[in-house]
Amino acid sequence: MEIFLQQCINGLTLGGLYALIALGYTMVYGIIQLINFAHGEFFAAGGYVGVILLAWMAAQGMTQSHPWLCMGLALLLTMIYCAMLAMAVERVAYKPLRHSSRLSVLLSALGMSIFLQNGLMLTQGVYDKAYPTEMVSGLVTFGGLQISIMQILILSTTAVLLVGLNALVFRTNVGKAMRATAQDKVMSALVGINSGRIIALTFAIGAGLAAAAGIMVGFNYGSVRYDMGFVPGIKAFAAAVLGGIGNITGAMVGGLIIGMVEVMAAAYIQGGTEYKDVFAFIILIAVLYFMPTGIMGENVDDTRV
Amino acid sequence: MSGPILELVNVTAHYGRIQALKGISLRAMPGEIVTIIGANGAGKSSTLMTICNVLRASSGDVRFEGRSVLPLSPDRLPPMGLCQVPEGRRIFPRLTVSENLDMGAFFRKDHEAIRRDKDMVYDLFPVLKERRRQPGGTLSGGEQQMLAIGRALMSRPKALLLDEPSLGLAPLIVKQIFAIIKRINEENRTTILLVEQNANLALQLATRGYVLETGKVVLEDDARALLGNPEIRKAYLGE
Repeated sequence: MEIFLQQCINGLTLGGLYALIALGYTMVYGIIQLINFAHGEFFAAGGYVGVILLAWMAAQGMTQSHPWLCMGLALLLTMIYCAMLAMAVERVAYKPLRHSSRLSVLLSALGMSIFLQNGLMLTQGVYDKAYPTEMVSGLVTFGGLQISIMQILILSTTAVLLVGLNALVFRTNVGKAMRATAQDKVMSALVGINSGRIIALTFAIGAGLAAAAGIMVGFNYGSVRYDMGFVPGIKAFAAAVLGGIGNITGAMVGGLIIGMVEVMAAAYIQGGTEYKDVFAFIILIAVLYFMPTGIMGENVDDTRV
Repeated sequence: MSGPILELVNVTAHYGRIQALKGISLRAMPGEIVTIIGANGAGKSSTLMTICNVLRASSGDVRFEGRSVLPLSPDRLPPMGLCQVPEGRRIFPRLTVSENLDMGAFFRKDHEAIRRDKDMVYDLFPVLKERRRQPGGTLSGGEQQMLAIGRALMSRPKALLLDEPSLGLAPLIVKQIFAIIKRINEENRTTILLVEQNANLALQLATRGYVLETGKVVLEDDARALLGNPEIRKAYLGE
């Protein structure tokens, strides 16, 4: 029983991280019907920017005196940096193709992914970069259950970001404008919404969330690598499809399901650890085959955002 | 006397290689109700879409309050006071009624006044208040038309372009909507450019009218004169 609960918490942690990445896919798809294959790279870039900032702070002696402040600051700055990176990518690689076929934009996204990943490799090297996981140590015990403070930190940060995004999209005027633009771009222009700006903002928010996930993965697994964006990127995409691509709540639910399934399969299926990456893709294929609109999707092209 | 609030000078526009507008000139004075009538495909909606720059004019000029608006992107026009209720109403289907109205005031920052304007819209269309938490897509056609007009009013337009507000609605609802249009015009001195297939109703409401045929203005006159014109009666009023 304790092992099961322990695995539930692991699944929730991993699923929350997938959800954060999946949101970027689903929001961008909702607004311009593009599957942004470069999205996983914002996650990787986030992992790197975070560790670079933390290393700099450590060199200044700040991490010893104010570890919490440093982590918060690193998270915030990384999210801002990746948000700006995503806006630049959108401007260079997608905006000029706004009126081209969807295939051209898709190819541009693939090209961007390769470009960003290689950029990361050339500037940061091919080897793993270690995270200063010693910044937060300690365990909390609930009954027989042991949870690391790091895990609590990751879970709560993820929860805050997910709730914050929900509030932004469903409560603020900018969020309403994002949904309006996703639903009818001509009409949103006719009420005075600058769709170009809203699209750029959507990329920025999605990348910011992915970047946060990048840092948290770094802390969770202890290191980052230049190609770390690929597999989690595709799994998060599977999560977005599972939830119903374009649907924000769906991406969150899909992420949690994929994370949970992956952890449980690794724990309880014979040889599951070696094959844990397979399960997300089995789900992806099954969803595409049996319910292509996903859990929250109603009609193929009428249930976005 | 001041100049026209909205003026089109010899405007042409194309869809690909097909010419939709072949040199449209028209004007609306402040506070006036002007109607554009004509058959299907005459270029009525294209005219409105060209005014709002959704369809780019190939030549000619569109002036709002004396200033050319052709260089501006469509989203710059509502803040200037030029607002369109397009054909088919184009409600945001998955935003609630209340959120749809908020979008009409998206560019405004005067939150107090926005709230008052929203109450004003709810007074004008009480059914929208009842349904304010419902997604816009679940409203009936008439309610959607009311919401579309209400959303446009939230921008406090000086000139309101209405594209076929009667389309697909029951006669009783149409009557109600036209009464509201008249009220908006009288109470706020809002200039109204009304595109209609229902020429009879439109000419009864308007002060002046333009008749469009295949992308050209073929006739321009006082609404009353057009109503009495035997050719118009024959071609557009079904006599």
